[in-house]
Amino acid sequence: MNAGYLADLALVLSAVLFAIGVGGVLVRRNAIIVFMCVELMLNAVNLSLVTFSRLHGIDGQIIVFFVISVAAAEAAVGLALILAIFRHYETVDLEAFRRLRW
Amino acid sequence: MTDFLFFLFSAMAVLSAIFMVMQSNPVASVLYLVVTFFSLSGLFVILDAHFIAAVQVIVYAGAIMVLFLFVIMLLNLGSAEVGDLRRGLSQLLAGSVAVALVAVFARLFLVETDPAVPEASALDPLLEAQGAVAAVAEPLFTRYLVAFEVTSVLLLVAVVGAVVLARRRAP
Repeated sequence: MNAGYLADLALVLSAVLFAIGVGGVLVRRNAIIVFMCVELMLNAVNLSLVTFSRLHGIDGQIIVFFVISVAAAEAAVGLALILAIFRHYETVDLEAFRRLRW
Repeated sequence: MTDFLFFLFSAMAVLSAIFMVMQSNPVASVLYLVVTFFSLSGLFVILDAHFIAAVQVIVYAGAIMVLFLFVIMLLNLGSAEVGDLRRGLSQLLAGSVAVALVAVFARLFLVETDPAVPEASALDPLLEAQGAVAAVAEPLFTRYLVAFEVTSVLLLVAVVGAVVLARRRAP
């Protein structure tokens, strides 16, 4: 398979995965699963960065490295937030979170 | 062989991502997401990003997903069999937004073949000369050194923030 064709397929795959992530965020009410869909979107973007890096040089892979470390930080803080909210509301249903301060 | 593996990993990634969204049990959802991440790391190997593939397995499929499972266990959500899919209009909305996104991205990415796109991978000579890890490490520790150091501060802030947020309030 030549590089251009492979790149096209990988980019379409990353678009599809990103769209599944967006659909999941819109359709689920469980905060943890919504958060997992966000991680899926980050990974879809990583896939397109790696694809572009294959066509244009190594820098794309470096950006993926930074994206992964930021995603790790974001996962830690986000899960701590979900934990703190759960302590207050006793649920992770996004429909239940209606007030900004408590 | 590479073509076959590419299509296999792509199919696995998309199918398990869809199962992840559709699954009502959060633990099963996490496991499907791990399958997606493993397939993506296989795709990274096919796309000449060997180091990123290893980091993907260690950080995403290992560390982050364990964190998710841990929180699900801590909140005791594992046995939740009640579906939490939104009904009716918002399913329609989600579906149409997803289709529109795929169409927009496909139009952006595939609008015309870029004449600069090479026949083979542009990374082959670099990987040939330096190896998979050194090719990433060399720019990471020279041109991107400042960003790399700032990332360590970011991780420290995230650790402290997570501890502060998850701490039980003193009564």
